[in-house]
Amino acid sequence: MSVTFTRSVQAEWIKFRSLRSTWYTVASLFAVGLGITALAMNSAGKAYAEDPQAWDPTSRSLTSYIVAQLIIGVLGILVVTSEFATGLMQTSLLATPRRHRLLAAKVAVAVAVAVVAGQVLMFAAFFLGQAVLTGQDLPHARFGDPGVFSAVTGGGLYLAAIALLAVGLGTLMRATAGALATLVGIVFLVPALAGLFPAWLQKVFFFWPTLGASAVFKTVPDPDFPHPWLNLGGMCLGVAAVLAAAFVVFRRRDV
Amino acid sequence: MTTIEIRGLTKRYGPDTVVDDLSFTVEPGQVTGFLGPNGAGKSTTMKMIVGLAAPTRGSVTIGGRRYADLPVPLTEVGALLDAGAVHGGRKAADHLLALAVSNGLPRRRVGEVLARTGLDGVAGKRAGGFSLGMRQRLGIAAALLGDPRVLIFDEPVNGLDPEGIRWIRDFMRSLAREGRAVLVSSHLMSEMAQTADHLVVIGRGRLIADTGVGELVRAGGEGTVLVRTSHPGFAVLLTAAGATVREGTESSFVVSGLTSEEIGKLAAYHGVALGELTPQRVSLEDAFMELTKDSVEYEGATA
Repeated sequence: MSVTFTRSVQAEWIKFRSLRSTWYTVASLFAVGLGITALAMNSAGKAYAEDPQAWDPTSRSLTSYIVAQLIIGVLGILVVTSEFATGLMQTSLLATPRRHRLLAAKVAVAVAVAVVAGQVLMFAAFFLGQAVLTGQDLPHARFGDPGVFSAVTGGGLYLAAIALLAVGLGTLMRATAGALATLVGIVFLVPALAGLFPAWLQKVFFFWPTLGASAVFKTVPDPDFPHPWLNLGGMCLGVAAVLAAAFVVFRRRDV
Repeated sequence: MTTIEIRGLTKRYGPDTVVDDLSFTVEPGQVTGFLGPNGAGKSTTMKMIVGLAAPTRGSVTIGGRRYADLPVPLTEVGALLDAGAVHGGRKAADHLLALAVSNGLPRRRVGEVLARTGLDGVAGKRAGGFSLGMRQRLGIAAALLGDPRVLIFDEPVNGLDPEGIRWIRDFMRSLAREGRAVLVSSHLMSEMAQTADHLVVIGRGRLIADTGVGELVRAGGEGTVLVRTSHPGFAVLLTAAGATVREGTESSFVVSGLTSEEIGKLAAYHGVALGELTPQRVSLEDAFMELTKDSVEYEGATA
């Protein structure tokens, strides 16, 4: 008998599922995500009339990712910071003193939940969005159309990567408010101010959340980002770097 | 038999030395009281024992191994460092289940420790609604999950009502009777007097005393004797015999410098009838104040 990684993951899953806040957050992820899809599709007629050439019904149905990434980020942050806020981290480390194993188990649970939630949300948003378009007699996409599968599954993975970024931020900051503020800064503030940054930094925005990395949501090729998966891959590397820093810091700090 | 061995333990936070070259051993089968004023470094020492804080120097081993190297830590050491260290939104049983599963302990242990700590009735309740006493019990239940040989409690009676204090005190004693090593910290000497067999006293991070409870009282200085008599001149006789006499209440004296036996002989020699002759032990509290006062003075002198 010994403490194995499988057992640590099982324990983390029990902690995750035994909090009501987990399920409230998941519920709001779907309510807000699908709600925004419904709104975006309802007002789609005008956009189509203005520029039929750029009409991308798939991408439009997935725009809810903009807010969904924040909610799935909260889920990722809370996996770590809820333990720091309550002092539970001490108890967890008494049971699992190998710190990398504890954090890896948290990451594993967060990845599993975020991948499933992200994919389900993106698939649901796609089908809901196309159904609303059909009701309005606007051109809509079918799941078999070129680029649709890539956009929908890539979108789910994008959300999962943001959740992982949030786990890393939560570990580094140890506080929900600080981690969430940083996440908002990364996904909203920096993109909004992107134009102000010097040219050499613009290359980084190629792989930045909400900027280059979100090219994966489009089915109509974007001349700025010809290989959307390359951009998403770059963002995943950045997330991996943040997580690596989180592992180093988590091991070294006193709790 | 598992012991905790602390050797040369030192912890610095920047320029502050919180724990300074501390060495002592926690033996099985007894309650070791870990005493010191607030801020003496008790909690930091306990955190270093279980690997939550890294020592600047020195070592702590439990049964010869570092805490982080224990293959199944909960079966060897149970610790309650902070009763608030639960998530208020989680049910008591789920909190314990997650801990049990992480160490591969059977699920039935959750029910067993809940029963032993008297929490079986609230297993399905969220910990956020628990009183401080119930949280302490939940923390103790978590410490007992793996049936460990070593138990560590940081200020377990802080903020509890008298009934809760008595329950924890009896509980510590019963754990020690089962042959476990129990380390319990407190800043209240009077509390430890009723719980501990052995005392480790620290002040400003340094070891002041590592001794049995009885030895500490004796080391605290000779006791006084309470004498009650209606004889008006006895106080003068006592002073003449070399004692120091203070007036007490209701025609009594508090005598120091003579033993009760010597006072009895003196009274018999002079034919004085005594109403009362009671040796007063130095209270553990006084002994503790005496010890920690010295440490503060020593620190002041070197600074």
